[in-house]
Amino acid sequence: MSSKENPRKISRRHAILLVGAAAAAAGMLPRVSLADKEATEAAVKAAGGDGASSGGITLDLPQIAENGNTVPVGVEVESPMTADNYVKTVHLFAEGNPNPQVCAMHFTPASGIAKASTRIRLAKTQNIVALAEMSDGSFRRETVEVKVTIGGCGG
Amino acid sequence: MASAKPRVKVPKTAASGEIIEIKSLISHTMESGQRKDKEGKLIPRKIINKFVVTFNGKEFFSCDWAPAVAANPYMAFHMRATESGTMEFAWTDDDGTVYTDKKDLKVG
Repeated sequence: MSSKENPRKISRRHAILLVGAAAAAAGMLPRVSLADKEATEAAVKAAGGDGASSGGITLDLPQIAENGNTVPVGVEVESPMTADNYVKTVHLFAEGNPNPQVCAMHFTPASGIAKASTRIRLAKTQNIVALAEMSDGSFRRETVEVKVTIGGCGG
Repeated sequence: MASAKPRVKVPKTAASGEIIEIKSLISHTMESGQRKDKEGKLIPRKIINKFVVTFNGKEFFSCDWAPAVAANPYMAFHMRATESGTMEFAWTDDDGTVYTDKKDLKVG
């Protein structure tokens, strides 16, 4: 393929081929959801939750949230909440938000029960991840999907 | 915005050993830093980033909040009632302002 004749035509085709090859090589998807899941897993790992086991967490969220600006969420982690066996922290992450961190709730044995509820903002339909850090250093996690009809991050 | 107004709901009495539920609410825009104004400029973030609850001076529950916590943040949590005393609540704004509230609890 000569680049001397019709240089514009050939270079455009070449450019398209290059972009296609680059995209394929980078494994890029048209949507940003993959990067969001990675950002969430990175946040989980940063919190120490790499290899967290599942179970023992009740994560209450509506199946469909009409208003992404205020979505009620309840979380309860099974634990005797005694001085040597209690839930230290429960993190909430929103996979589809601009930033995955939502909140970190710190409990103590005096809490009596590792149960709390709040209201959060969700930009769009996405997975919410709860990560519980126990006093013995172990972690547990749970994921729930929430469908959001009107997103709540922009104006 | 003038000052953020807190409201808390704590039972007045509890039996010793009873686990009580406490509800808290504070009026606050929780400006996420994601919104744009009419000129298209980003409105800077301004949220309450820390919520701490103590009983008789001892912290028993706290939260770190990110912009994903909804405006007028609501938080319900629990405490095992063991003795009478005072529960104190503190909400810290990004700008350093601390809003407080307190409630007495009679146990036994």
